[in-house]
Amino acid sequence: MAKQAPEAAAAAYIPRSSVKKMSHLRIFRKYWMFYVMMLPAIVLLVLNNYIPMFGIIIAFKNINYADGILGSPWSGLRNFEYLFKTSDAWIITRNTLLYNSGFIVLNLVFPIAFAIMLNEIRSRFLAKLHQTIMFLPYFLSMVVISYLVFGFMSDEHGYLNSSLLPSLGLEKVQWYFTQEVWPYILPIVNTWKSMGYFTVIYMAAIIGIDDEYYEAATIDGASKWKQMTSITVPLIMPVITIMTLLQIGKIFNADFGLFFQVPRESGVLFPVTNVIDTYVYRTFLTVGDIGLSSAAGLLQSVVGFTLVFLSNWVVRRINKENALF
Amino acid sequence: MEAAEATQSSGSNPKNQLSVPASLGINVFFIIYSLLCIIPLLLIVMVSITDESAVVRNGYQFIPSKFDLGAYQFLFKDATQILRSYSISIFVTIVGTVLSLVIMALYAYPISRTDFPHAKFFTFFVFFTMLFSGGLVPWYLVYAQTLDLKDTLMALIMPLLVAAFFVLIIRTFFQTTIPAAILESAKIDGAGELTIFLKIVLPLSLPVLATVALFQTLTYWNDWFLSLVFITKDGNITVQYLMYKTMLNIQFLANNSTAAAAITAAGGTFRFPSETVRMAMVVVGIGPIIFAYPFFQKYFVKGLTVGAVKG
Repeated sequence: MAKQAPEAAAAAYIPRSSVKKMSHLRIFRKYWMFYVMMLPAIVLLVLNNYIPMFGIIIAFKNINYADGILGSPWSGLRNFEYLFKTSDAWIITRNTLLYNSGFIVLNLVFPIAFAIMLNEIRSRFLAKLHQTIMFLPYFLSMVVISYLVFGFMSDEHGYLNSSLLPSLGLEKVQWYFTQEVWPYILPIVNTWKSMGYFTVIYMAAIIGIDDEYYEAATIDGASKWKQMTSITVPLIMPVITIMTLLQIGKIFNADFGLFFQVPRESGVLFPVTNVIDTYVYRTFLTVGDIGLSSAAGLLQSVVGFTLVFLSNWVVRRINKENALF
Repeated sequence: MEAAEATQSSGSNPKNQLSVPASLGINVFFIIYSLLCIIPLLLIVMVSITDESAVVRNGYQFIPSKFDLGAYQFLFKDATQILRSYSISIFVTIVGTVLSLVIMALYAYPISRTDFPHAKFFTFFVFFTMLFSGGLVPWYLVYAQTLDLKDTLMALIMPLLVAAFFVLIIRTFFQTTIPAAILESAKIDGAGELTIFLKIVLPLSLPVLATVALFQTLTYWNDWFLSLVFITKDGNITVQYLMYKTMLNIQFLANNSTAAAAITAAGGTFRFPSETVRMAMVVVGIGPIIFAYPFFQKYFVKGLTVGAVKG
C-alpha cells in the first residue's frame, strides 16, 4: 500500500464504540485535565474561526459603525443584489473557477510525470539533487516570487524586454498592461512554485509500491510505458484521489498571494487577475464597502462548503477509504 | 523494478531499465528544469551587484556589465530598518512556532485518546474549521475591533497559532505510534494526565513535532498577508512586508534612511540607486531561507509522510 500524504491523516478517524456512557459531569470530573490542556486552542478557535462564522450575518446587514454589527439594520438580500448587479461578480467567479481548475489539472499531470521520471534516474545523488532544487520555489514567499517575475517582465528593465526579445528581433511587450498573457503566466508561476511539493508527495507514493509488481511485469515483457499505465498510476490512485479532492474542495478559494502579488496590482489586468479573494480584500480594505465584500465572502464560504461535501460524497461512492470524512 | 530503488535494494533487475537515450533524455530534462528553478533567483542577485547606471542603460542582465556593490553599501549605511524588520520577523517566527506547537500538541493529545468520551466532539470542533470559514470581513473585525490588535505583533502571531490540519496530523501520530499499553501502565503507576503527556507522549512524538515546527516556521517567516491587513504604521514591519513595501515604493527605504537624507543634504546631486537597491533588498530578505532550505527540505520530505496512516 502506498504511503499517503499527510492530508490523508484527516481520514483516519477512529471512533471507539466500547466507551461506556457516562454523564457529562462525570466526564468533566474524570478528565478535567484534558479540558485544561485544550483550553488555549479552544479559545483561539473560537476567536479566530467560530465568532467570524457568526459574523456572516454582516452580509445581511447595512453596517454602520455607530450602531455596531448587532445594532445595524437588516438589509435582507440587498448586498447580494448589489453584488450581482456589478460585472465583477461574474468576472471573479469565472476567474477563480477557471484558474483553479487549470491548477488542479496542472498540479496533477506535471508532478506525477516528474515523479515517475525522477524515479527512473539511475544516480540516486542526481535524483536527490534535482528534487532538492525543484523544491526551492516552494520555500519562497509570494512577495519574493513577484520580484522574480518582475525581474523578467518589468516593462522598463525586465530581462525579456531589455535582452531576450530584442535579440530575437521581437517587439517589446508591456507585460503588466497586456491582459492576454496572464492566463498563461499565472498557471506557469503556480505550477513552478508547487512542483517540488507535489512531486515529493507522488514520489513517496511511487516508492511505496512493492517491487514485485515490476519484477513480474518485466518477466511478462511489459514495456516501461505499460508498467507506468498499468502499475504505477493505478497503485498511486488513492493519493491522486485525495489530493484532487482536497483541491476541488478549495476550488472557490484562490491563492490570494499569487493573484495579489504577482500581477503587482495592475488595474489594467483586473479582468484576468481579479479573483474572489482579491475582490473581497479590495472592496473591504481598499474601497471600504463592507456590504459588498462580506456578501462575496459569504457566497465563497457557502459554495466552498457545499463543494467539499459534494466532492467528498463522490469520493465515498468510488472508494470509501479515501473519503475525507 | 524502478531505477531509483535499484540502488536501494540489492536485487537490481538489469532488464527493467530505460534505454540509454531515454535515460539521457530524462537527465537532460531535469538539468534544464533545475536551472529554471535557480535562474530567476540568479537574475535578482546579478542585478543587485551591477552598477546602477549600467542597469538603467542595459536593463536587468545575467552577467553584470559593470560590477558594483553600491546597492549593498547603501542598504547597510543605515541598516536600522532592515535590522528592525529582521528582529521582528525572527521574534514572530520563534514565538509563533513555539506557542503554536505547544498549543496544538496540548489539544491533539486529548482528542487522540479513544477512552475520552468527548474526543469525537472536539475532533469535529477543530475539523470543522477546515470546512467552513466566516470569510475575511468578520475575521478582520474580530482582530481589529473586538480584540483591538491592529499594529501589534500579536496580530502577526495569533491568527496562525492553531491550524486544524496540523492538529489532526499530530493527533493521528499520537494514535498510531504511541502504544495504549504504555499509557495504561503509566496510569496504573499513578501518573497524572499531564505527566503522561510531558514525560511519555511528547518524547515519543519528536518526529511529528519537528515536522510541524518546520512547517510553522516557514509559514511565519514567509507571512506578509497579516502585515498587509493589520499593520498600518511603520513600526512593526517584517522582512516580507518590507520587501513588499519596497516593491511598491522604493522611496520607502529612502524615507527611512537617514543616510540618504544626509547624503542628499551634503552632496545635493545624490541619485538614489533604486533599481539595484530594490534587488539587493530581496537578496538580503531571502538570505536566511536559501541557507536554511536544504536542511528544511530534507526534513520536509521526511515529514510529508510522517503523518501518514499506516496501512
